[in-house]
Amino acid sequence: MKIDVLHIAKLAKLPISPKEKIRLEKQLSETIEYVKELNKVDTKNVESVSQVTGLENITREDKAKPSLSQDEALSGAKSKHNGFFKVDGIFNEE
Amino acid sequence: MNNLTIKQAKIGLKNKKFSSVELTTACLKQIKKVEGKLNSFVTVTEKEALMEATKADSAIKNGVELPLLGIPIAIKDNFSTIGIRTTASSKVLDNYIPPYDATVVRKLKAAGMVLVGKTNMDAWAHGSSTETSDYGSTKNPWNTNHLPGGSSGGSAAAVASDSVIAAIGSETAGSIRQPASWCGVVGLKPTYGRVSRYGVIAMGSSLDSPGPITKNVEDSALILEILAGSDSFDATTSPLPVGNYSKNLNQDVKKLRIGISDEYFISGIDKEVENSVREAIKKFEKMGAIIEKIKLFDPKYAIDVYTIIQRSEVSSNLARYDGIRFGFGRDKFMEEAKRRIMFGTHSLSSGYYDQYYNKAQKVRAVIIKDFEEAFKKVDIIIAPTSPSLALPVGATKDAVMFGEIADVLVEPSSIAGLSGVNIPVNISQSGLPIGMQIIGPQFKEDVILSAAHQYETNTVDELWRKKKPNL
Amino acid sequence: MEKEKTKSMNYKPVIGLEVHVELKTNSKMFCGCSADYFGKKPNTHTCPVCLGLPGALPVANKRAIEWCIMIGLALNCNIRLFSKFDRKNYFYPDLPKGYQISQYDQPFCEKGSIKVKSGDSTKTIGITRVHQEEDTGKLIHDTVDGKNVSLIDFNRSGVPLVEIVTEPDFESAQEVVDYLKKLQQIVRYLDVSNANMEKGDMRLEPNISLKLADQQGLPKYKVEVKNINSFKFVEKAINYELKRQQELLEKGETPKQETRGWNEKKQATQSQRSKEEANDYRYFPEPDLPPFRFTQDYIDKLKSTLPELPWQKYERFQREYNLSAYDVEILTREKKSADHFEEAIKVGKKYNIEPKEIVNTIINKKVDVEETPPALLIKNIIFSKQTTTIKMDDLENAISKILNENALAVLDYKNGKIQVVGFLIGQVKKILGKNADTSQIKENLEEKLK
Repeated sequence: MKIDVLHIAKLAKLPISPKEKIRLEKQLSETIEYVKELNKVDTKNVESVSQVTGLENITREDKAKPSLSQDEALSGAKSKHNGFFKVDGIFNEE
Repeated sequence: MNNLTIKQAKIGLKNKKFSSVELTTACLKQIKKVEGKLNSFVTVTEKEALMEATKADSAIKNGVELPLLGIPIAIKDNFSTIGIRTTASSKVLDNYIPPYDATVVRKLKAAGMVLVGKTNMDAWAHGSSTETSDYGSTKNPWNTNHLPGGSSGGSAAAVASDSVIAAIGSETAGSIRQPASWCGVVGLKPTYGRVSRYGVIAMGSSLDSPGPITKNVEDSALILEILAGSDSFDATTSPLPVGNYSKNLNQDVKKLRIGISDEYFISGIDKEVENSVREAIKKFEKMGAIIEKIKLFDPKYAIDVYTIIQRSEVSSNLARYDGIRFGFGRDKFMEEAKRRIMFGTHSLSSGYYDQYYNKAQKVRAVIIKDFEEAFKKVDIIIAPTSPSLALPVGATKDAVMFGEIADVLVEPSSIAGLSGVNIPVNISQSGLPIGMQIIGPQFKEDVILSAAHQYETNTVDELWRKKKPNL
Repeated sequence: MEKEKTKSMNYKPVIGLEVHVELKTNSKMFCGCSADYFGKKPNTHTCPVCLGLPGALPVANKRAIEWCIMIGLALNCNIRLFSKFDRKNYFYPDLPKGYQISQYDQPFCEKGSIKVKSGDSTKTIGITRVHQEEDTGKLIHDTVDGKNVSLIDFNRSGVPLVEIVTEPDFESAQEVVDYLKKLQQIVRYLDVSNANMEKGDMRLEPNISLKLADQQGLPKYKVEVKNINSFKFVEKAINYELKRQQELLEKGETPKQETRGWNEKKQATQSQRSKEEANDYRYFPEPDLPPFRFTQDYIDKLKSTLPELPWQKYERFQREYNLSAYDVEILTREKKSADHFEEAIKVGKKYNIEPKEIVNTIINKKVDVEETPPALLIKNIIFSKQTTTIKMDDLENAISKILNENALAVLDYKNGKIQVVGFLIGQVKKILGKNADTSQIKENLEEKLK
């Protein structure tokens, strides 16, 4: 089964070079082959479990708490302007 | 004095044998001496450490008593530390300085620790060797041509080399136990949900468990007491009360039922590892424990389950790294990270979700049930931690699933969210440490720590314990 | 003209609606930052969680969940006894984590319905689901130093949203508008949201397609329209889109399945360079949030805390106060006016003021609920009643005076310009006071003018 590496890379927003594409294709195939072994396990009447804690209904009260200051919030940004994070213009129209 | 345990160091400080500044200076000196060879640290916070040590000395003088007051500690670089660079050993976060502390860090600070630095790891915790760090691999103090294990390799090496008194690591599946095993130190993976993940750079959200890496079991129990507990910032933490672990280390071994599963002595396991662990089990028997043979679900399937679930969660957890609000862009992800993100993305994608992610979560349920059944018959399970000794530098090159395959023996218990501790049981002929893991049911850290402590006490005079890394 | 008419009769609109309602909780959905972000300085309401910093974790807002369920209950939904949050994975600069915490296959509320009055008929609209999610940050497009940039403010990131999805039951833009007004009324009655389209706390995305009148099943395509920011443009945008699609269909083309944005300036929908182009959201259960298991007891208790909903109040007002549908509709349009009215009735009872009198005053005098509290309203009514009956002498005198002073007006009236009587009534009122009974004056004037 051929994996569409470019499609996955696009979904994952990962830049990959043509060399990487070939390498990743091979590596991903290997991993996929490896985990196919899982099909040997019978899970016919088994419910999938995504949480191991058994906890339920964990919530917090609707109380407002102090936020980071604007400076703290922006402290890591490499590009900012007037209190905003700045990126190259994104266009939504053709 | 940097070769002391926490307990010993505390006594020394209390009895004014030395000050925290002296103790911290000794650690910093050791670091300067060995760092060139080991590369355990991404960031050493020398100035801050000495300032904290000075404050600690003043507090000690005023009779303040805190569990870690004045004790030099290192923390794995995936724990957010306010004002201190936190990289997860990835160039993507090369310049990231968190504006907040992880809950674990906050608790350690409140306990009076002196933070000596942030330790090296596999980038994003993706590995079992520390070789995939973007800042160069850490080396094993016992033999610098070998790897320390991972992903908490830096923390394990720092403890094993007496660069610090104790360290903090995190385990998703093996990342505490395995480097502890390869470096000959005690590494505890608490039950998932026992210790807050808030502030720990997420890898596998349903698996990540922060925990201590220490020189002995007592120290491990002491740190667990500080770290454990529910956290309002982490909805997956348990409301169960925190045990008095350090006071509960002498539970009667005679009543202990120990499960041994042949499935965990896998084919290809290093013979010395197998023999040492089997010997260790015999010693438990001599102490009066009841050894029971049990059959456990073949751990090889855990590799598949773990690979799929972890990489799926990774692919989502690493989506926030877009270079806009902090850090650098996604082009700075290195090979291993890319591999894992890609596979995870694939396994969650439309048309594949059922056969990968969903299937893995079903087998996860099978593994959980398997342990539940086992723990009806036994109190703890003992097994080797790693099927091999510390591998040589370069062992991970070109391996597509190095980490996941190397951690086969620790993955099942991680997948089930159980607690497990690695204790050293021997040094191999080649001079490399051999570790053994004790696995317990959820929230039974007291039982596994007690068993570990009993073993340690009972074998305190064994000759291999006199050996130290030659640095 | 005739030809066009016949053609358009063949196509029937098939419209489904996704409405996002922003909840007015104190704090955000998954963190303690204040949710009151409107008009605040950018990036001043953020924390590691809603900023998506490394290591941050979500914890669910209890009240937000209760309010989501309340909305579902008001829309007659079935509340699931087991539900959870899921991650919806996609990349966009306003989405800090690279995923949105939402609900996928096990939302809080499902399979409801709502009756909507549209024109003369009442239609039942199916509610597919009502689920909880978090809002994204805000993107502003600007030019800085000559370059086109997008500026991001994360104050809104993490604010609780409730998404209400309908079945594709709408057949006209008007029905959509009527539904929206009703939905807005409901969430305002519940006091869970200000639901102000202009401020962005109620947003809608219609999914629009057309099918032949006799076609079975749903059309093979649908077009999603975004960026409709006011009631004013809902109708325009939908009708524009229907027209656009019809033109394509009549040419034999199938409209492209895509997302389009409403452009207010151009008064048209435009294709958007899709941010979600064939997007695979790779939903999976949110590992950081334990699931929810409710008892029927808990749901029943929540249901009992629902306030009287608009249609319930409507029915009761008609019944209890014997008012006309027209009057009741105005009174119950907003909960605060309905409450104001009932308060006034309580006060008015002491003075034998009838509900009908109160309604008339409220409607005719366009009483402002905030400016005229119930007690004052009753006072005014009593006062005006006291001054309506005028002494006949005063009336006669006043009328005589006015008719004498306005000979030209009288001539106009006699020549057929009967509307002049209004002017004359006004002049009489100037003498007698504005509370003077208009009909009394009119009657007398007309008599005199005969």
